[in-house]
Amino acid sequence: MSGVRVLVGTRKGAFVLTSDGKREKWEIAGPHFPGWEIYHLKGSPADQDRLYASQSTGWFGQLIQRSDDGGQSWQPVGKEFNYDGVPGTHQWYDGTPHPWEFARVWHLEPSLSDPDTVYAGVEDAALFRSVDGGQHWQELSGLRGHDSGSRWQPGAGGMCLHTIVLDPVHSGRMFAAISAAGAFRSDDSGVTWRPINHGLQSEGIPDPEAEVGHCVHRIAMHPARPDVLFMQKHWDVLRSDDAGENWHEVSGNLPSDFGFPISVHAHEPDTVYVVPITSDSYHYPPEGKLRVYRSRTGGDEWEPLTVGLPQEHCYVNVLRDAMDVDALDECGVYFGTTGGQVYASADGGDSWAAIVHDLPAVLSVEVQTVP
Amino acid sequence: MIRVALPAHLRTLAGLSGEVELDITAAGPDEPDVTLGMVLDALEAGHPVLRGTIRDQATGRRRAFVRFFACQQDLSHEPPDTPLPRAVATGSEPLLVVGAMAGG
Repeated sequence: MSGVRVLVGTRKGAFVLTSDGKREKWEIAGPHFPGWEIYHLKGSPADQDRLYASQSTGWFGQLIQRSDDGGQSWQPVGKEFNYDGVPGTHQWYDGTPHPWEFARVWHLEPSLSDPDTVYAGVEDAALFRSVDGGQHWQELSGLRGHDSGSRWQPGAGGMCLHTIVLDPVHSGRMFAAISAAGAFRSDDSGVTWRPINHGLQSEGIPDPEAEVGHCVHRIAMHPARPDVLFMQKHWDVLRSDDAGENWHEVSGNLPSDFGFPISVHAHEPDTVYVVPITSDSYHYPPEGKLRVYRSRTGGDEWEPLTVGLPQEHCYVNVLRDAMDVDALDECGVYFGTTGGQVYASADGGDSWAAIVHDLPAVLSVEVQTVP
Repeated sequence: MIRVALPAHLRTLAGLSGEVELDITAAGPDEPDVTLGMVLDALEAGHPVLRGTIRDQATGRRRAFVRFFACQQDLSHEPPDTPLPRAVATGSEPLLVVGAMAGG
């Protein structure tokens, strides 16, 4: 029977949660790298046992770890993330020029076809690629070198490239998102990039046509329909039907359209999941009720999913990389909270149960469907 | 022989259980002193996984929350060519690499 492997990055280490296809009983392994922040770990779609993890602390900096056995053992690989050429400056919070400085790797996106190729989104925002299993990293500097780069500003969490989406159909097409610059698209495997933020309305940006400056939190795509993108922005949930050329809001009846993660059902391209959060001032769910909202119509019409989730006194957050789905026949949905819970639904979100209750604050959740 | 005491996270990372011993010849009357930079160079050469964890790989600057102590002296702000105390250079005292207390 097929099973799932849930890769969980936390403030104090990584955990690997495994179950069979019933997704009722779980084995918990970890912490790996105890005491270190694991912003993200993710498996290769081309080799389920090849995993990459971003390990860092404020004390000792950045490491990248690689596993070739599904997370049972790890080895450190390359960690030199040197900006291409003279880095130049971007805008600081006060509008003054600020040198580009590497801080950490937020997101690792393995290639769809080659286990040795992996992309890294970093702070200060830039995109790197390794083609040798993480040993060496080269910046794809066409992104940071875009004309708008010197005008990018950090969000409250830093100027991070946190989202990398690879198009499985259109060769060379990929998407990236940066807080608080916006969404970008490449059609030549990351060599050149352009902003794709038309239709985004951001409070505080007076120009509705502003090319950059938008605080995109997360982008999701269904692999069978890669021209349709869903976006959770700082405020607003949006949809594009033309690979990011134009966006329109689909927040509809959500109790709040602020939030971080957004995911698409594995088998239903119009079924989308978000976790509404009260506001950017209150990073917890509305009314203290932890609710995942599901749209089966590609947005606008949303239903709360509450069975098995705390409906009172709940004040956790769900971060942008902390929700994912599996690809079993009955699609499973998973998310982790800043309170250390990892919730799973084996029925597309209709009902939920906590796999674990008391991990460190969860930073990322990625799911592998394994034979 | 130079002795270096590392913080727990770096010992784990490098697979070490105690102090690191580095084969750097102690300074003689006509030989150059053993410097902080020499010790860090030797430490990173022997344990490449530590590159970048104590000082920035590109600039060589000490990471902000890492401190160096030896013989009751704070060497954290000393330049890399600073000679280490004789007791460290002869191996009777360790160089302490310390993760600073931070975060409240």
